[in-house]
Amino acid sequence: MHTIIKPRRGLAQLDLAEVWQYRELLGFLAWRDIVIRYKQTTIGVLWAFIRPFLTMVIFTVVFGRIAKLPSEGVPYAVFSFTALLPWQFFSTAFAEAANSIVGNGHMISKIYFPRLILPLSSVAVGIIDFLISFVILIFIMIGYHTPVSARAAALPLFFLLCVVFTMGLGIFFASLYVRFRDMRHLIPFLTQFGMYVSPVIFSSTKIPAKWRLLYSLNPMVAVIDGFRWSLLGTTELYVPGIVAGTITSIVLLVVGLFYFKKTERVFADVM
Amino acid sequence: MSEAVNAQGIGKIYRLGEQAAAYSLLRERIAQAVKAPFGRGEPPPRVEEFWALKDVSFTIGASEVVGLIGKNGAGKSTLLKILSRITEPTEGRIDLYGRVSSLLEVGIGFHPELSGRDNIYLNGAILGMSRQEIRRKFDEIADFAEISKFLDTPVKRYSSGMYVRLAFAVAAHLEPDILIVDEVLAVGDSAFQQKCLGKMRDIRSKGRTVIVVSHSMSTVSALCQKVLWIDAGRVRMAGETSKVISSYLSEGAKREISWSPRTHYPLPLNYDTVFISRGDTGESIDPIPGDVPVDIILDFTVSEPLSPSRIEVRVASDSGEILFSSTSADHLPEQNHEWTLGSHRFRCRIPPNLLVPGVYLVSISEPRGAYAVVHDSVLSFTVSEENSLFARDARAGRIAPLLEWTMQRL
Repeated sequence: MHTIIKPRRGLAQLDLAEVWQYRELLGFLAWRDIVIRYKQTTIGVLWAFIRPFLTMVIFTVVFGRIAKLPSEGVPYAVFSFTALLPWQFFSTAFAEAANSIVGNGHMISKIYFPRLILPLSSVAVGIIDFLISFVILIFIMIGYHTPVSARAAALPLFFLLCVVFTMGLGIFFASLYVRFRDMRHLIPFLTQFGMYVSPVIFSSTKIPAKWRLLYSLNPMVAVIDGFRWSLLGTTELYVPGIVAGTITSIVLLVVGLFYFKKTERVFADVM
Repeated sequence: MSEAVNAQGIGKIYRLGEQAAAYSLLRERIAQAVKAPFGRGEPPPRVEEFWALKDVSFTIGASEVVGLIGKNGAGKSTLLKILSRITEPTEGRIDLYGRVSSLLEVGIGFHPELSGRDNIYLNGAILGMSRQEIRRKFDEIADFAEISKFLDTPVKRYSSGMYVRLAFAVAAHLEPDILIVDEVLAVGDSAFQQKCLGKMRDIRSKGRTVIVVSHSMSTVSALCQKVLWIDAGRVRMAGETSKVISSYLSEGAKREISWSPRTHYPLPLNYDTVFISRGDTGESIDPIPGDVPVDIILDFTVSEPLSPSRIEVRVASDSGEILFSSTSADHLPEQNHEWTLGSHRFRCRIPPNLLVPGVYLVSISEPRGAYAVVHDSVLSFTVSEENSLFARDARAGRIAPLLEWTMQRL
């Protein structure tokens, strides 16, 4: 094995092969975060069910019963939960990934490993949480007798889009956070604000047609529409929106990766 | 002999205040954009630059054990961080041949909530071991740490000694071709330290290359064939251990009259600062005239209940020979004293007119429960010829005590 250490210049190398070599560490870090999160709590892993479930109950009461927001003809609980599922994955995984470098500053300044492992392991934790809350969705859908069609097979694709978007934005903000500590205030604001901009509590069909493509530049629109389309099948799929969201996500991931690799060389120096 | 490490022209620039600049950068960029949206705006604030390392070149042969010595702030840690790939050099190039592991601290990534078993796996993975490798060495690690009975206990319930031993055990079972170590061996009771040193010799006998940074000349002498002396960011001298150490010591390069440990282990007693001061004026100054008492001041914090014990101070000549040692409980019949939580100061006074002019090295021990850790030669002070009995007429002897003489008519 031959390692060369020298200053990197110009466009950064992605070194994704090295990240792959360290995949076990990624797994260990994700596992550590999950174990620790539930270790000190009395009801442990139940929290993974309670949080999305209670959010859904509150939304159903406030937006479904009181505000009487339309829900594409399905029970509001099902309507909101299909959106909450990808949204909660995005908001937690994004916030955790964005915080992953600063939060593990001690490790960064004491040992080498591909830094990308940190935001990636945060996203991995999010995926596991997502799978847990997915079980609730299944129960809710059974409870409301929601029929499932073959379109459900497309669901993993929409989730993949959601993961790509979350990774891109998370990786980008993780390196921004190292340089600009203002992110500590900006990140929670973004995830809160973002929920009202994305069609979580309402249907994206309510957006005027001429604005819809522009609106779909937010990849969460495509993700949520895709979730509702494949699970509920109440509306037609707005294809230009899916394309727009996919392009945004991929561009963001590429930009995020390169920005991260370009700035990671100073992580240990400014930590 | 084949090469393991080849470093050519390594330099590293640090920007003082870079962090402060980074914090304000966003605000300033926004302000600039508002002020001059199309112009280039004002240049960003100037930050002061300094070269932590400059023109550092050296080669290390395969299976050589090399010591890195130098004063605090000379650039040893920066060099170590560059070799470990934690930070990038500003210029130069290093070629490393073989699998590299670095140990700048033990127990990185340890989590108090996780059991000893889980932490072995986690820490091993962070140090670059594969799951299989850890599983294969697991029993050996647990035996080495002497914690086999407590494997499923969260490490937050471990005693400080157990915690440190476990952290070491994982690190000691790495099998890299090139191992980079930072002074971490200075922890543990003396039996455990011996075990660690034995492990280091093992590593050496297996033909691995080791780069070790240490303040302890005795450790360096015992382990290393070659020494690299870093001074003010440059290689001052490189070569055979005894030669480099003797010029390093004779130059008094280690004259540091104040020491603050950089890393605090989760242990009951930690030193905050230890320094030398003049016994008459209380000034922290060097050299000290021969007729002035030398005070060794030890500021420390006790953060957990600690069983009765004591602090020991050793004073050695510049060649490393221990002249005497003294403990904080010498005046007590039980040889130990109680500790109370909080910050405290010990003053250990060396009487005037005792030491001959020259450079002295001070080692201090730190009680950690049932055992103590020795911080080797962390301080040094000079006794000057001023008002020294010894210098007055260049007399012979190793000490210069002012003895009581009486004369009576018989």
